[in-house]
Amino acid sequence: MAIVEQDRPAGPLALPAGDGEHREREPLGVFSRPVHARGWRSWLFTVDHKRIGIMYGAAALFFLILGGVPALLIRAQLAGPNGTVLTADQYNQVMTMHGTVMIFLVVMPIGACFINYLVPLQIGARDVAFPRLNALSFWTFLFGGLFLNLSWILGGAPDGGWFSYAPNTGVVFSPTHGMDFWALTIIITGIASSVGAVNLIVTMLNMRAPGMSLMRMPIFTWMALVTQFLLLFAIPVLTVAAFLLFFDRRFGANFFDVSQGADPLLWQHLFWIFGHPEVYLMILPAFGIVSEVLPVFARKPLFGYPFVVFSGVAIAFMGFGVWAHHMFASGLGPVSVAAFALATMFIAVPTGVKIINWVATMWGGRLKFDPAMLFAIALVLQFTLGGLSGVTHAIAPADTQQTDTYYIVAHFHYVLFGGALFGFVAGWYFWWPKVFGYKLNRTLGLVHFWWMVIGFNLTFGFMHILGLQGMPRRIYTYADGMGWNLWNMVSTAGAFILATSFIVFFVNIFVSRKHKTHEVDPWDARSIEWMTSSPPPAHNFDEIPVVHHLDEFWYRKYAEDDDGQLVQIATGDEVYRKELAQAEQDHAAEHMHMPSVSYWPIVFSAGLPLVGLGMIFNLGLAVLGGLVSLVALFGWVLEPSVAPEDSHGPAPASEEEAVSVG
Amino acid sequence: MQMPAAYEVAPDDFGEGHHTTTGLSNTKLGMWAFLGSECLLFGGLISTYMLYRGRVAAGPGPEDVFDIPFTSISSFVLLMSSLTMVLAVVSIAQGDLKRFRTWVLTTAFLGAVFVSGQAYEFTVFYREGLGFTTSLFSSSFYVLTGFHGVHVTFGIMMLLALFGLSLRGRLGVGQAETVEIVGLYWHFVDIVWIVIFTVVYLIPA
Ligand code: HEM
Ligand SMILES: [Cu+2]
Repeated sequence: MAIVEQDRPAGPLALPAGDGEHREREPLGVFSRPVHARGWRSWLFTVDHKRIGIMYGAAALFFLILGGVPALLIRAQLAGPNGTVLTADQYNQVMTMHGTVMIFLVVMPIGACFINYLVPLQIGARDVAFPRLNALSFWTFLFGGLFLNLSWILGGAPDGGWFSYAPNTGVVFSPTHGMDFWALTIIITGIASSVGAVNLIVTMLNMRAPGMSLMRMPIFTWMALVTQFLLLFAIPVLTVAAFLLFFDRRFGANFFDVSQGADPLLWQHLFWIFGHPEVYLMILPAFGIVSEVLPVFARKPLFGYPFVVFSGVAIAFMGFGVWAHHMFASGLGPVSVAAFALATMFIAVPTGVKIINWVATMWGGRLKFDPAMLFAIALVLQFTLGGLSGVTHAIAPADTQQTDTYYIVAHFHYVLFGGALFGFVAGWYFWWPKVFGYKLNRTLGLVHFWWMVIGFNLTFGFMHILGLQGMPRRIYTYADGMGWNLWNMVSTAGAFILATSFIVFFVNIFVSRKHKTHEVDPWDARSIEWMTSSPPPAHNFDEIPVVHHLDEFWYRKYAEDDDGQLVQIATGDEVYRKELAQAEQDHAAEHMHMPSVSYWPIVFSAGLPLVGLGMIFNLGLAVLGGLVSLVALFGWVLEPSVAPEDSHGPAPASEEEAVSVG
Repeated sequence: MQMPAAYEVAPDDFGEGHHTTTGLSNTKLGMWAFLGSECLLFGGLISTYMLYRGRVAAGPGPEDVFDIPFTSISSFVLLMSSLTMVLAVVSIAQGDLKRFRTWVLTTAFLGAVFVSGQAYEFTVFYREGLGFTTSLFSSSFYVLTGFHGVHVTFGIMMLLALFGLSLRGRLGVGQAETVEIVGLYWHFVDIVWIVIFTVVYLIPA
């Protein structure tokens, strides 16, 4: 047992930390698996999905600052006419980095944070299918993100927008190294996402607890599954685009050079075939979170679970078919425009189904307005607004008017911020007590909530008006007397309110962390991740639960009496104790083995940004980076899959049992 | 999840030896998912090539440089390697390590012949005036076939790794599935080549 949660009271089943007494058995010194149970190294080399999930969240919050400061700079610049905070060139960089960081380094990783942490717990697995690959995904994402931000100090950040429309992003129009950084970052973080997608798909399909059929899978896990399929199929297309762009820029290819006969739409097609599914893969995890939070705080089951599942799947399928609605203004021709407009209208249907289900879930429920619930409700309202303004884009003639105005900026922030990010915050308030063993303070949570809602709607609500008044996006300043001054000022004020709301959140974390209660089931929840201790042990469950229902945990707490009245038959805590006793009776710990920590994921990932830097500045570095990763791969393959003392819980009974394939 | 008291854990495959929900092992399912994603990668590259194959600018076009008989032979060599791969899988499943080693090495050798053929072809094309940057056709041709070549090279490395593992005694009947999974990758790369060969060399622009 390599990973022991420090905070967890040592229960009867706590496994020994095993600090390397059995090392002498290892044939290949460096390739033996390290055993760090505590301290910073236990985090650096961890393969535990829960720790990796937490690290994804922490890294994403860090990048939220790196993406948020540019947002505030943008708003400061646009607060009034003729702003002088930024030059035009700086504005381009700041705007591009804001969009790129928010999408690739904030929203997607927060999705990964929840998915990594929750999926194995929700399906009753001990970890993901490939724990070391999971660590590799995380580190590759983190190093890719840091690599992107190096561009600020190494000659200029990318300046072509997060969509990087070629040929504007070719060397002619964008001569700094910024776009090279961008393209390589896309490739590196793409590796992280693809590897993660393979890993999680296998986990969800293969490692469900006994009895958990697909239609008994918690809704969040379902949305996670759809998300990972979207990633699996969308990322490679973007990778191709990024490679082509990079070859153009560094090796003089001319895939996007119209003067050489290139097709000016190639980039847009490749980008949006990825880009539209991307929108859904950012929002679906948040949908999943809301679909978990609403039933708990409405104290009713999710209304129409199968509809919520199938509408998620439908969104995924259709998401691949409608990319060209991002290109109405590019002269596709009337037939394709009409076809894509129609298809886009249809995709509103499954989305609408979800909203109806959420409203019906709350309808007639005994609502409890805790912060998690409030954030979830805000998501439903704000996302609906964003969805409605989205429908107006599906009307192709209206879209050609709105395209590239602030109306669009308002629309996608309602979806991405009002949708995805609000959902994530809801999820944080909801699962925090499970993850860390303490609840976030309710009062501070309410302050955070109202501050964020007001700031958000001030910032982006009035951008609709600005857009209809014709204010174009991607302008670094505007003249006085256009009628845009007031709403821009309001929007900037809102942005700063919004930013401070996150400070309240951080304060809340800091203030609340002393009040550990380790409550197993603080909200009277429904799915099985609540059935284990808070925080969960490294092996997740002392006894893997057998699943008979959707909302298994709830059914263990409630039953109907003879008159059909709902009665509570057990508390969450009692259910947990019962499982614990069962586990002890089964000697469950003796059959348990967890993979120990490993150096190789982080070493492998560290090679990649070196390769990137080498591709831009000096091939020598690329060779070095390649060597680092190659050595890591060798180490990976030769490393025993589990350290001897970890093979079956406490002391291994015999040689054969202890030494695995290696 | 009841686990048998003693079983082997394949490297990092956490579900191996355990009951899995689908009945497929984790590694195999993972390989299938990965290959699904690869389809989109090659899909993007092939589409780009199809879009650009007629755009030769002032440089040579496909009919000026392609040597169809030569490429047909190297394609045939690659196809044969799928056959030897199957034989390698069969041998390991029967526990015949000697034959397994022969077939794995043969497969890797055939793959290497293919890659060398490609390298040779590239140099010839280059001498005939088809540089990487000559035209849209040349860029997309080199990128598409180059990506495929890299995939084959990677496959060769995996095959050699299998060979090495078998020498160190870490590959037996129990790990036949590992070989099978490398085989899946190998067959996939072969099939992609058939598509590329057809689209690039056989269908006139
Ligand atoms: C404090 C919060 C935020 C503020 C004040 C803000 C502000 C802005 C503004 C003013 C623009 C317009 C840039 C332009 O077109 O000239 C913009 C663009 C953008 N924002 Fe935000 N934003 C915030 C949060 C977010 C979040 C959470 C996301 C999450 C995905 C996001 C994603 C984007 C994207 C993708 C663009 C487009 C960038 C581009 O066109 O390259 N923003 N943001
Ligand atoms: Cu779209």
